[in-house]
Amino acid sequence: MADATYPDDLRYHEEHDWARIEGEQATLGITWFAQDSLGEVVFFDPPEVGATIQKDSSYAEVESVKAVSDVIAPLSGEIVEVNDALQDNPEKVNEDPYGDGWLVKIRLTSPEEAETLLGGAEYRKMLDR
Amino acid sequence: MTTAAARRTSLFQQHQDLGAKLVPFAGWEMPVTYEGIREEHSAVRRHVGMFDVSHMGEVEVEGPGALAFLQRVLSNDVAKIAIGGAQYSCLCQEDGGVLDDLFVYRLGGDRYLVVTNAANHEADLAWLGRQSRGFDVIVRDVADRYAMLAVQGPHARQVLTSALGIELPPRFHVSHVRVGRRPALACGTGYTGEDGAELLIDPEVAAPIWSELLDAGVVPCGLGARDTLRLEVCYPLHGNELTPERNPIEAGLGWCCKEATGFVGSEAIARARAEGTAEKLVAFEIEGQGIPREGNPVLHGGEPAGAVTSGTFSPSLELGAGMAYVRSDLAEVGTEVEIDVRGKHRAARIASKPLYDAKRS
Repeated sequence: MADATYPDDLRYHEEHDWARIEGEQATLGITWFAQDSLGEVVFFDPPEVGATIQKDSSYAEVESVKAVSDVIAPLSGEIVEVNDALQDNPEKVNEDPYGDGWLVKIRLTSPEEAETLLGGAEYRKMLDR
Repeated sequence: MTTAAARRTSLFQQHQDLGAKLVPFAGWEMPVTYEGIREEHSAVRRHVGMFDVSHMGEVEVEGPGALAFLQRVLSNDVAKIAIGGAQYSCLCQEDGGVLDDLFVYRLGGDRYLVVTNAANHEADLAWLGRQSRGFDVIVRDVADRYAMLAVQGPHARQVLTSALGIELPPRFHVSHVRVGRRPALACGTGYTGEDGAELLIDPEVAAPIWSELLDAGVVPCGLGARDTLRLEVCYPLHGNELTPERNPIEAGLGWCCKEATGFVGSEAIARARAEGTAEKLVAFEIEGQGIPREGNPVLHGGEPAGAVTSGTFSPSLELGAGMAYVRSDLAEVGTEVEIDVRGKHRAARIASKPLYDAKRS
């Protein structure tokens, strides 16, 4: 597992989720801190394509050997794609949380919500508190 | 959350130096994992790992009445333990409910050592103290006298001989050895299903011994792997599978209850054995996806049929598995049930115990 990183091109939710916003779509995942706290991810239970998710609400579960953790939506939207590769290789969430370990892609229904999210430096500052 | 009152073992600094994740457990601050539960789990299955289990309690029982007293409080036939022998037993209350499950080691003619679960140590001591009235025996709390290191895995014997120069006793035996030039006990027991030993050593030498074993390639393992390892071999955990509300018969521990000895709880247990119990402890495997967790309801034909006592992702089997109490008519191996995992009904099958057999794999 690599060292803690919080790329500046992502937006962060204080429940340890990230969003990569590209136009009307966003890719979502969990942060380095979240995967490190959870330990080795052994199962990702994704929502279905077409489902709608609400900012600040749980939309999926990730599980390690010991624990299950709700994944909180940083933004509202409709699921357009889920990362099927995680079914066979859930450990990608640990190995590459901002890359191959992405969880879902959504079509944003309230793009303005992005303004409430944190930048990389702000999120890191929150973790240090 | 960690509280100021959490106790630390003599290896706390070693755990911190290794970057362990520390969690509160039964009043102690204990390592749950160092590098990852799966790695630690597989080190024990394939090579050798070590666990700091110094949080476990020790009680010495000594005196001319030691055997009669232990026979009275423990479910197994204590008279069967030769000097240097070890035996698993339940500590039961009058109604047969399990106060604790433990190993008793016979150190000498009239001298026994009982190893308790950390969470139950104080209550066990109080219970043993009360029950000892009228017996010519001294019950002594000696928990502070020992650090406990479990060295487990197919290479455990070899490593202990080469690194510490100690010959391990056979399974279910205990021998007096010297570790770090201090007297110690080497117990041929463990909680993983693998060969190995539990070393009861002077806390003063725990740190150098830990380092020597690390240097010999023994993988430090936390309570996380300890739990997945014991669950795969279906060893019960007090507080999960065993509680004062459950008797040993429904837990499948009838084999360690010898009612003829007249121990506390023997009448209730004889009745449960004769009449059968409403529920039984079973092992199960999830078929397909999903990881069962403690407390998940078990369903059969859509109706409530029991509850999961321990559930996990099994690193050896690579699937969700666990133990549960289910209605006795559903306890047969092969019975199809469902586990309600946070609202999702996951198909599961009652499996034979152990879920993982170290000797066959």
